[in-house]
Amino acid sequence: MPRYRQTTVGDLKNQAVQRRKITDTKRTADPATMEVLCGELPEGNTTVFDRYASQQPQCSFGLTGVCCRNCIQGPCRITPKNDKGICGAADYTIVARNVARLIAGGTSCHSTHGYHIAETVLKVVDGKTSDYSIKDPEKLHAVCKRLGVSTEGKNDEELAREVTLLAFEDFGGHREEPCRWLDTTITQGRREKFRNCNIAPTSIDRTVVGMLDQTAMGQDSDPVNIIFGGLKTALCDYTGMHIATDLQDILFGTPYPVATEANLGVIDADYVNIATHGHNPTLSEMIVEAALQLKGEAEAAGAKGVKVVGICCTGNELIMRQGVALAANKASQEMAVLTGAVDAMIVDVQCIMPATKALAECFHTQFITTASQVKIPGAQHFDFREEDALETAKTMVRMGIEAYGKRKPELIRIPDVKHAAVAGWSTEALMKLFAGVEPEEPVKALNDAILAGELSGVALFAGCNNLRVTQDESHLSIVKELLKENVLVVATGCSAGAFAKAGLLTPGAYREYGGEGLQRFLDRVHEASPTSTGLPAVFHQGSCVDNTRAADLMVAMAEQLGVDTPKVPFVASAPEAMHEKAVSIGSWCVALGMPVHVGVMPPVEGSPLVYSIVTQVAHDVYGGHFILESDAELAAKQLLDALEYRRWKLDVHRATAEKYDADPAASW
Amino acid sequence: MSALAQWEERITDFDQIYAEALADAKTQPEALFKKAYEGAVIATSYAEILLNRAIRQYGRQKEIGYPDTAYHLPVILALSGEKVTTLEELIPILNRVRSQVKERYSFDQARLCGEATLYAAEIIEVLHYLDQDEPKPSPWTGFISDPDVRRYGIKLVDWTIPGQAVILGRAKTSEDAAKLVSELMSKGMMIFLSDEIIEQLLEQDMKIGTDYICFPLGNFTQVIHAVNYALRAGVMFGGIPGGERHNQRDYQHRRVRAFVLQLGEFDQVKVAAHMGAVFLGFPVITDQELAEEIPDWYVSHTNYDDLIKFAMELRGIKVTSVDIPIPLNFGPAFEGETIRRADVAVEFGGGRSQSFEVVRMVGIDEVEDEKVEVIGPDIDEFEEGDAVPLGIMVDIYGRKMQEDFESVLERRIHYFVNFAEGLWHVAQRDLAWIRVSKEAKAKGFQFRHFGDILIAKLKSEFPAIVDRVQVRIITDPAVVEENLAVARKIYLKRDDRLRGLTDDAVEDFYSCILCQSFAPNHVCVVTPERVGLCGAVSWLDGKASYEINPSGPNPPIPKGRCLDEERGIWESVDEYVYTTSNRSVDGVCLYTLMEKPMTSCGCFEAIMAIVPEANGIMISTRESSKLMTPVGMTFSTLAGVVGGGNQTPGFMGIGRTYVVSRKFIKADGGIARIIWMPKELKEFLRQDFVERSIEEGLGEDFIDKIADEDVGTEVEEILAFLEEKEHPCFTLDPLM
Repeated sequence: MPRYRQTTVGDLKNQAVQRRKITDTKRTADPATMEVLCGELPEGNTTVFDRYASQQPQCSFGLTGVCCRNCIQGPCRITPKNDKGICGAADYTIVARNVARLIAGGTSCHSTHGYHIAETVLKVVDGKTSDYSIKDPEKLHAVCKRLGVSTEGKNDEELAREVTLLAFEDFGGHREEPCRWLDTTITQGRREKFRNCNIAPTSIDRTVVGMLDQTAMGQDSDPVNIIFGGLKTALCDYTGMHIATDLQDILFGTPYPVATEANLGVIDADYVNIATHGHNPTLSEMIVEAALQLKGEAEAAGAKGVKVVGICCTGNELIMRQGVALAANKASQEMAVLTGAVDAMIVDVQCIMPATKALAECFHTQFITTASQVKIPGAQHFDFREEDALETAKTMVRMGIEAYGKRKPELIRIPDVKHAAVAGWSTEALMKLFAGVEPEEPVKALNDAILAGELSGVALFAGCNNLRVTQDESHLSIVKELLKENVLVVATGCSAGAFAKAGLLTPGAYREYGGEGLQRFLDRVHEASPTSTGLPAVFHQGSCVDNTRAADLMVAMAEQLGVDTPKVPFVASAPEAMHEKAVSIGSWCVALGMPVHVGVMPPVEGSPLVYSIVTQVAHDVYGGHFILESDAELAAKQLLDALEYRRWKLDVHRATAEKYDADPAASW
Repeated sequence: MSALAQWEERITDFDQIYAEALADAKTQPEALFKKAYEGAVIATSYAEILLNRAIRQYGRQKEIGYPDTAYHLPVILALSGEKVTTLEELIPILNRVRSQVKERYSFDQARLCGEATLYAAEIIEVLHYLDQDEPKPSPWTGFISDPDVRRYGIKLVDWTIPGQAVILGRAKTSEDAAKLVSELMSKGMMIFLSDEIIEQLLEQDMKIGTDYICFPLGNFTQVIHAVNYALRAGVMFGGIPGGERHNQRDYQHRRVRAFVLQLGEFDQVKVAAHMGAVFLGFPVITDQELAEEIPDWYVSHTNYDDLIKFAMELRGIKVTSVDIPIPLNFGPAFEGETIRRADVAVEFGGGRSQSFEVVRMVGIDEVEDEKVEVIGPDIDEFEEGDAVPLGIMVDIYGRKMQEDFESVLERRIHYFVNFAEGLWHVAQRDLAWIRVSKEAKAKGFQFRHFGDILIAKLKSEFPAIVDRVQVRIITDPAVVEENLAVARKIYLKRDDRLRGLTDDAVEDFYSCILCQSFAPNHVCVVTPERVGLCGAVSWLDGKASYEINPSGPNPPIPKGRCLDEERGIWESVDEYVYTTSNRSVDGVCLYTLMEKPMTSCGCFEAIMAIVPEANGIMISTRESSKLMTPVGMTFSTLAGVVGGGNQTPGFMGIGRTYVVSRKFIKADGGIARIIWMPKELKEFLRQDFVERSIEEGLGEDFIDKIADEDVGTEVEEILAFLEEKEHPCFTLDPLM
């Protein structure tokens, strides 16, 4: 386990079981969401905030992870009197299995997403669709180089095909070597560590199926073996999402800084508002295109045009590449409908609450599902296929234009809350920014600032909204504390959404929130490599499927420092982790050697053994570990302590190597 | 046998020592035991994953092992006897210890979980050596090689090192860490470090590393290298055969005075490892508050001010420390410290200036007790890096002092000066070479402090023969010259006396049973012409030691009736050895290698072994431990053959200078038998060896007829060389 200077990691604290009754149903730090919540709800309806309160108190066996439903003798639960399930499974087996299955769930989401993108690329090169094309040949070549694909004499289509076929091998191929998207994007130290611990996956599909097998009744009961299996699965999540990000960049362009706005105030009553919600840019990119093309029809219907706004990670995809405004993150998806001015909400996959559809029924809002695996009774469904994507998109946008005329003006209440935002900070964009100072080795600019003490490290903020806590509150309070202490912050997913909505992505915001060192650093790099957009306080890296952008940054830092990733002053925080995807992301972050803060207690408290492994022992084996802390102030302190710990060790090891004229210590 | 019966068999009589600790069955620390159980589950499961992955990757037959040891995987060898050399041999071993990890929350079970965790850690670590994925750049040590274990053997057995502290974790502050470790060093403790305490000490610029008897092992499971050090001591010095688990634990508990200091927070795996320490008889002390303690074995002590004192008392380590009024840290930890040229404030001798040191016995009127006089300029008056002439003259009066002891005490100057941090001393007499570091000067070191050190140490270590001491430190060149002549007269006189000191001329031999603290069956017989095998105890040392403490480790053996002058057999020696070796050795021949050779504790400086093909013998030394030898074994492997108090005809551990003794394997033909030795030893002995060669009629160039590593380490290569050089070995009587 790591021992920070200020040691507060401590023992099992039991934070999960909150027996207090939640009466406050307006638990948000977002003023726009608050304004909508304070208004009237259509009769008989509830919001996610109400429903969370109604669910209290939640089952403590479920909360602590000791409820086993893996066979239909069960459910079994572990109590002081009954310390084994019917089959004899102990607390550590049940908790480990449940967590591992969460990881398998999250991995399935990201991998299915990645697979879908790969299929799209193949359809493009096979000429089965003309609605998409290869927009970023430079990225294609970079990916080829990394994968060892020879580019000589091949055109983009041929290269894209080769890359895609390699991706399919990572998904479902039968190989003895580790998945390529994992193996070619990490340090040598990580490669060896994953090999030596037997957690390097050779195929995503095989591993997830294997995980479900391993955790079925009468299978594995060794908690360490199950957790290692879980980490192997989590590395599949990494692989699948890295494929997704790479191929999306190839297909839609690698993001570079782009100016836009965020929060519910971006919904404009004068326009036909099309809200896109979900995760996959194959849909949303087409909606944006359709909206452009149908401007005339919208004008004919009396609107100024069609305005696409983003929700959740679709919002993040669009804000990164298209500069489309972001209306809401996950917990505010209903609020978008409640503005009364969303004419159609078009959704694809993940984080789609059925309740949002129910609410839409009370308005004129058209609620449209598009994915074969995400259907909601009562919603309109279009089978969105790449072959006729733009056509389908136009049909759906037209439904919005048609609905525009059916608005109920008395129900329209759009909060006047929005902030300017600059997004689009892919790792390539960050490197371009740093290259002004260090043209040869851009990341050196960042590392040097850390070694000089100007910056205290890098933090990735990721993850969801979770109704257990006040919406966005801990995202904001932790990040502000870190910015003050000169941490360079990158963000993805609904965490990035929270920052966008609150003005942390506003150009120049780093002057307001950043400590002196961070300000000095950003001034310096920006002066050397100016942008037209200006710099934010937090650098938006994309949706939750894009978390490997941050991992790439960490790996680049490690390579330049000549160390393995666990020594890089780099931490991650998911203040409101909610989705299974968050569990799988957090797990691979730990395997990659990051300290990972989670602000809501995952279901691990029921087993002191599992709790000890994930919060303590993981560090000894992998160099990363979970910091499970629901108090935002303590969490910020622990994240800073984790960075201090790494800088301290790095400094001591470097000085020692010099003094002893030896290689720097490899240990962390 | 049922699983329960097997488990119960794992609990032995030795475990009675824990019976008192938790006598009340109602107040058992079950939560602690549960942690130990869960920690053992984690450790053994992790080991299993790594092991079977390695087998899949490398194959079952893949050879494994630690570098430079003859003891395989020492934890496994010592506790269960398996001499593991391949991966597949680990499978049944790991499965056995896995099966002793049971979900029962009792003290007995917790220790078995601890034992299993030791095995798991040993397996995990040896797999790291196989994968080479955890390199250990200096000063980190990882596994400690046999030569380094042996290097401090003599200091362990004579209690110069009174015990071992294993420190895990991180102290409250780096300053605290430095303070705790400095305190341990000043007490002479051997120190093993694991986890962040290492970075804390490095941050504080503390001197740590093998040279300082303070081993920064690494992180996490690397703490096992403290355990496999301790267990090797039991096999090497204690002669406890591998697998005698009960006896090994008894040895560890009684003789290896180790304790564990756990600083900062810890997790389940650490608790299981702590129980592994308790299993070996070592208590665990932590600076954390504990909800549950095990009296005497697992206790909390949060106050750093007396933490070391508390821990040493708990382990029963008593150190009578002397306060030496100098501004430098002082203890055996600093003996191995080197001071590079660039760090020198001033130096004496070493070819750049003349220096000497001499101890004289004087009359009561000629000494003013505890007076230190500095004649000439002091340290502040020299430029940095200056070479300065020096004379250290120590005058001693004691009612029981004898002139014979002068040289014994004079040689102590080397150790006493070296014990000070920032002082460095080599050689002796008028060849003494001393350096004072810039760091020591900055701390306020003055030349008078040489005197303070010598007075304090001579009086405390030799109270029976030293009553009054005065010291003169001379740096005035003219006065140095003047007194150098005086000193040289004394050296000459002593040398004359030493020449007369032969085995035949004295009435008594001395025995040395110092090492019985670690090697209970080993007895050294020290004669004027045969130094103890550690090189540290000469006949005069034995005599002085006996004078100081008649019931101490060097009782005399009156020579009495000689049974065989050629082979060196005395009736009284045989009787003494038989009784004192706990009746395990029935006699010893002092002058031959081939019959009842002297046993070894494990501290030997060199090992000789016969090379039948050449009809001669070879010698290997600790300094050349990695060098292959003509018998096909390195020093480390050979050491495994001769240690532990056993007689192995044809093999013997010796002190280096015994080679140039007139009694060197006299019955076997003496030095004429030597056909191979490392160059390093040749250079070390050259002058005396050449003299002896001439004396034996072998000629001045005999040393060049002896093969060394440049000639080769294969017998064929050496034979050709010996024949070409006309080495006399071929003309001697057959050895076998």
